[in-house]
This record gives sequence, structure tokens and C-alpha cells, in this order.
Amino acid sequence: MIRLEKRPQPSRAWSWATPLLAVALTLLAGGLMFAALGKDPVAALRTIFLDPLFDPQFAAYSRPQLLVKAGPLILIAVGLSLGFRAGVWNIGAEGQYIVGALCGAGAGLALYPLEAWWIFPMMVLAGAAGGFLWAMIPAILRIRFNTNEILVSLLLVYVAENLLASMAVGRLRNPEGGGFPGSRNLAQWSSSANPELIPGTGMHWGVAAAFIAVILAYVLLQRHLMGFHIRLAGQAPRAARFAGVRPAVLVAFCLGVSGALAGLAGIFEVTGPSGQISIDFNVGYGFTAIIVAFLGRLHPVGILFAGLLLALTYIGGELASFMLNIPAAAIQAFQGMLLFFLLAVDVLTNYRIRRGRTVTP
Amino acid sequence: MEDGTAPLLALSGLTKSYPGVRANDDVSFAIHAGEVHALLGENGAGKSTLVKTIFGLVAPDAGEMRLAGKPFAPASPQEARAAGIGMVFQHFSLFDALDVAENVALGMDTPPPRRVLQDRIASVSREYGLPLDPRRIVGDLSAGERQRVEIVRCLLGAPRLLIMDEPTSVLTPQEVALLFATLRQLTAEGTAILYISHKLDEIRALCDRATILRGGRVVASVDPRESSARDLAEMMVGEALSAPARSGAAGGGELLEVDALSLPPAHAFGTALREVSLTLRAGEVLGIGGVAGNGQDELLAALSGEMRADAGRIRLRGTGVGRMGPVARRARGLLAAPEERLGHAAAPDMSLTENAVLSAHTRKRLARRGFIDWRAARAFADAVIDRFDVRTPSSRTAARALSGGNLQKFVIGREIMQDPVVLVVNQPTWGVDAAAAAAIRQALIDLAGRGAGVIVISQDLDELMEVSDRFAALNGGRLSAPRPAAGLSVDEIGLMLGGTHDMEAAHAHPH
Repeated sequence: MIRLEKRPQPSRAWSWATPLLAVALTLLAGGLMFAALGKDPVAALRTIFLDPLFDPQFAAYSRPQLLVKAGPLILIAVGLSLGFRAGVWNIGAEGQYIVGALCGAGAGLALYPLEAWWIFPMMVLAGAAGGFLWAMIPAILRIRFNTNEILVSLLLVYVAENLLASMAVGRLRNPEGGGFPGSRNLAQWSSSANPELIPGTGMHWGVAAAFIAVILAYVLLQRHLMGFHIRLAGQAPRAARFAGVRPAVLVAFCLGVSGALAGLAGIFEVTGPSGQISIDFNVGYGFTAIIVAFLGRLHPVGILFAGLLLALTYIGGELASFMLNIPAAAIQAFQGMLLFFLLAVDVLTNYRIRRGRTVTP
Repeated sequence: MEDGTAPLLALSGLTKSYPGVRANDDVSFAIHAGEVHALLGENGAGKSTLVKTIFGLVAPDAGEMRLAGKPFAPASPQEARAAGIGMVFQHFSLFDALDVAENVALGMDTPPPRRVLQDRIASVSREYGLPLDPRRIVGDLSAGERQRVEIVRCLLGAPRLLIMDEPTSVLTPQEVALLFATLRQLTAEGTAILYISHKLDEIRALCDRATILRGGRVVASVDPRESSARDLAEMMVGEALSAPARSGAAGGGELLEVDALSLPPAHAFGTALREVSLTLRAGEVLGIGGVAGNGQDELLAALSGEMRADAGRIRLRGTGVGRMGPVARRARGLLAAPEERLGHAAAPDMSLTENAVLSAHTRKRLARRGFIDWRAARAFADAVIDRFDVRTPSSRTAARALSGGNLQKFVIGREIMQDPVVLVVNQPTWGVDAAAAAAIRQALIDLAGRGAGVIVISQDLDELMEVSDRFAALNGGRLSAPRPAAGLSVDEIGLMLGGTHDMEAAHAHPH
């Protein structure tokens, strides 16, 4: 018989080793899946993990993409992780990302073609505010009426997507765009552009914001009472009430911060890599960030690495489906394996495996 | 042990240890067919461990049991039931949404057809004078009727031994009379009953034999009808009860006043507080006794600020604090230590340093503008560990890695070292070894000696008599009028706790 025995203390060694073990297991199972699809597993894994960074032909394009894709993932995931630690489940970051982009872009486009240094910062603030307010809907509904924030925040994603579609063909449509849906290109308007800060790296203001968010979240969780209360509420809700944590404040804070960060990711994206509000502006960063948050063990530094890793699998996955004809669904299954194995081996942090006879209780 | 006829159930040398506490220590006694055998002892004396052993829920470390002469070691309640042992728990395990017959069927391995079962329930309930309609929905039944469901469920298995854990704690006097008639009928038919209770007058009225446990050991085995309630109580709590040498230092000003505080229960199985009033003076220890589940948790939550009340219902030094949360109350000096150490007083996976921040950041200034001063927090945690002799590798150790007693010392120490104006503790020495328990009690007395007010909620009479200046009993969410502890006789305490005190008789109905 194999049984699990609870460790007296969480194992520090395993809390570091489990992400690596999960990645190893994913490589193994993913390799088997690619082999079952009739592809060379070694070539597939090399194309996903190594070619985007080192292939002489593709690396020049795909290396900057790493930060471009990891930036919003990390920024959103850091916010989500606060709530996930406290037991506040914001599943609707995708919607907050969209609304943040809409609010920020709208605030900027209202001034077009004015040229002023303060337009971009103002748009960033408007974007954060948009995401914040969109997240306040599930927050207030939960605080006032005890609704389930998972459902409300998720359903608001679909509302936001329709809002996006209507804006892209309506109010925010480029008047000089020949009737095509989509806004003016914000990346080409110097007052609103969010350019690459260091050429060839993919580094833009959104990536910088993601790094800053990682640092601030780390300080919040390690040094500040609010962060302490977030951890406490997630681990021991009764002890949190005893400590005097007010659930309403916690819900509003966690949803508000994660909404604002998702909104920031949205405005940085629409002014930079994406350039314009379009019907298909959102590509799922808000949902993938949930995976990033858990892959990073809800720890800011872990999320930094997880965001980079997942961005790599995206870029590499695209490359693999393009180069080796691997179906996109298989790439998604591969990413799903990563989360599955991470959660599965996470049990080793708190439990050890014992082999032997069962003892009578 | 043996007296001619073989006993129905003979226990010999049963021993069971848990980390930090020996729950049963060489327990031997015998239960004969047709007798009502009382198992008497305070909470923590080892009664429930012993009963769980008999019912197959706990495997003893040493010792053996013989049922009708044959070795008996049930590995599960199913085995115990198959051997003819039935048990009625203090907390019922019934589904509210199902009817009586469905609930009974759920407890059976191979339930008969519904109609047959209904007839059997009806006939058993008639036969034993337990009025019960098998078609009624359990959610609509009173506590007494629910208990009848549990009893009938046991009786359907025709048990040779019926274990009843605190059966009268939820019953009205009329229901108690009915229950006793049923139990006498059962014993007349040869069934043995193991009867667990604190209520000495009941035991003297009902039981043929009483085995008294204290600290996990059998301290006496007597005929309760030939012993006075005083004798029984003294055997239960030990001799220390007769010598509460507390100086009447409690003459200071009023610190805490609770005025007719009524609160709904915190959860479905909680107890509503009903017009609880008390005053606490500087330098005083007020002991509050009572059987578990009579409102202790709710009273602590109401005083700690986890449950809010109207501002004026709770006044600290004249200021209404009823509406304030725990942080604001702590800032004013009203501190509390709940009963449940892991998960309530402390977060299991957090270190002792983090657990120090949990309740002490306000008064010990462990945070500045919201930023935690971890160095100060560690120093405070180390100071608590040092002064209260908490055995732990370091202040970085997770709370759950500590033994219950050591964590309790940390939790109580954390509150005491914040210099409270008023400290409320619930079960401060539950599961703590004797030496540590004595240290905790001394620390509470010393705290009162420095001019603080202390409320000790406990189920341990010994403890309450040792620390209290005044004593009150909590019964069905009502608090009796506090009386000076020094003048109280053991009889009076037992009666106050059992709820048969004149004052209490009128409101002994929990519904």
C-alpha cells in the first residue's frame, strides 16, 4: 500500500522542487503525446522550448515576443494570485483586461490628435480604473448579496467581449479607416504609443509594470499587514476573523487590485503590441494568467518565472504547429498538462509518500 | 473484578496515549448484563476515548476487552454493532431532509423494505414507550425526538450493551423522565447500559454502578446510590477542589460590563446567547463553567469581537465596545484566547512569529503604517516562548508542528504578554499536561493580581475552583448569577453545572 502522510511542516525543498518535477513530467507526457500523434517528440519539444530562443532563423523575431507575451501574463497573474491566496476567486481578468483597454483607449482617442506628454500616463490611469471598476461589480455583489464572484466575474468576460465588439465597430472605430472595424492605431500616435523601450528585447512599459508589480506584490505579502491578512484568510479563515480581518475589505482589495492590474495589461497591450482596439483584441491572457498564477505557486517571483515559461510554450507552440504541423489543440493539451502535473505533485510539499502496511486508525 | 457471573463486557488495562496526553491509563472495569453503569468524569478525564475504544473508533495501545468472555477488539463501529453494542452519540448524525425511517435505514448495512422498517420502528417505539412516527421528516423533530430516532435505531439491532453519551443534555425534564423509564425497561430485559454524564443527581437516580475517571485513570468504582453527590464530585475532580485558597483581592473598579446580551447562534449547531449579564472588576477572575455546547464559543466570540452586538451591551471601562471588531477591542485592551488552538487562535501553517503578529500587532506595535516589523515580531514571539516555556525548535516553526500543550502555552502567553485590561480565555488548559496547566493557571492568576480582569471559561471544575474569585454557570446560552467561589460547596457547583439549581430549573429548556 502507498499512502500519504502529512508532514509536520511544509517541506522547503519540495516547494522548490515540485515546479521542476512538474515540468519534467510534462516533458515526458507531452513527448509521449507528440509521439502518439506521429511526430518526433524530441524535435517537437526542442521546437517548443529551444528554437524560439536560439534558432538562428526565428530567434530574432521570437525572442522579443517572449517578454511581449510574458508581460501581460505576469501583470495579470500577480494580481490574481493575491485573491487566490485569500480565497477570492477572480476568474474574469480577461474581461477586466478588455475594459481596461477600452477605457484607456477611449480616454486617449477623445483627445486625438492632440500631442501632449501627459496623454499616455492619463490613458494608463484610465485603463487601470476601467479594470478596477469592472472588477468592483463582482466585488460589490459578493459583499452586498453574497453572490459567487467566480460566476459573476466569469460571465462579465462575455459582457466585456460584446462591449469590445460594439466599440470596435461603433464608437471607437477609426473614422479614417474606410469602414473597417477597429480603432485608430494608438501605437502610431506618438502621444499614446507604448514603444519598445530597448530595441530588440520586446521590453515595453507593460513589461516594466509587470516587473514592478512582482516587486510590490512581494513586499505586500512579506512585509505589509494587508498581505499578511490575505495569507491568513486563505490559510485559516477562522483565525483571520479572530485577528480582525474584515472579509468585505479583503474581497474589495483583492478584486480591485487584480482588476486594476488586468486593466493595466489591457491598456499597455492596446497602445503597444496590439496597437488598436479590434474585435479580436483579447487573446486569452486573462485566462492563461490563472494558470500562470498557480504554476508560480501564487508567489510573485514564481509567477515571474511561470509567466516566462508559459510565454515560451506559446511562442514555441506556434512555431511547432507552423513548422511540424502539430495541431493547436495538442499544444493546448500540452499546456494543460503543465498545470495538471504542477497541482498533482504539489501534494508532496505537504505530504510524504509512505510505502508499507496500512495501520489501523 | 470477577464476581461469580462473567461480566458482559470486561475491560482490562486499556491504555491509549495521544501526543502530550495519556487519555486512558490502565483502565479496568466490568459492565454486567442488566445494569446501568455510569462513567463519570470531567471533560478530558478520558471518557470519550474509552467509549470510542469500546465502539471500535479507537484502537487501544495496550490492554484488552472481553465481551461475554470472548476477546473483543472491534476494528470499526460496524464490527462493534455486529457484536451487540449500540451507541447514542451526544451529537446526532441525522439528515434533516429525510424522514425517520429513511434515516434509520441509512445506518443499516442491509435495510429491510421501507414498509417493513416503518412497522418495526413503530413497534419498537411503542414497546419501549418512545413515541415516534417513522414517516415524519427529521428536520421537524425536537431534540428529544431526534434522540429517540437514534435510540430506536440502536434498539432495532437488539443491542446487549447500549452506550449513551450525555443523553439528557438536550432534553426537557419530561423527556428525561420518559428516557429513564425506557432505560429501566431495557435493563429489566437484560440489556446493559453504559451511561456517561456529568449530572450527579441523574446518575444517583438511575445507575447501579459508577466508575469514576480522572486524568485517564479509574480513581473509584462505587454504588452511586450509596454515595452523596459531594462524594462523587470530589472523586471526579480530586481533593484540590476542597481547598480553593484564593485571596479576595477582587475589589477594584469595574472593567467590563455585559448587559443582557442576546445573540443568535453562530452556526446551525451553535447555541444562542440569552440575556447574558456580568460585571468584571479589576483584579478579579470570573470562572464560567458549563457542559460543552452551552454557549461557551458564542460568549467568547461576542467578547472578542468576532460577533458584534449593540454598542452598549458590552462596555469596557464604561465605553460601549459591542459594535467594535477584534482590532478595535484589542486596542482598548479587551483580549481573548479561543478554545480551538489550530485554525482559530493560531494559523496552523504559519510560523510562531507570524502567529504572534496575528493578534499582537496592535498592542505590541509590530506594524508601522501597515508594514510589519518582523524583527520586533520575532523578538516578541521569542519572549513569549521564553517566558511561557514553549518547547519549540524556534519561532520559525509552524504552529501545527507544536504539541497541543505547547501551542496553548504560546497562545495564552501571546495574549497575557500584551498586558490586557480584560482577558477572556476559553478552555485555557484543554489537553495540556499537568505542569503546563498549572503554569497557565498561575499566569492567569498573576495577571489578575496585576489589576487586569480575567474571565476563564472552562469545563474543568478543578481549574475553575483553583483560579476563580467568582463562579457562574453557562447553561443553554444563559449565564447564572455569579457567586463567590470561596463559599461554594461542591454540591452547589455540581448542581449549578447540571442545571438543577433552583434559578436554572425554570430555563433549562434549550428550545
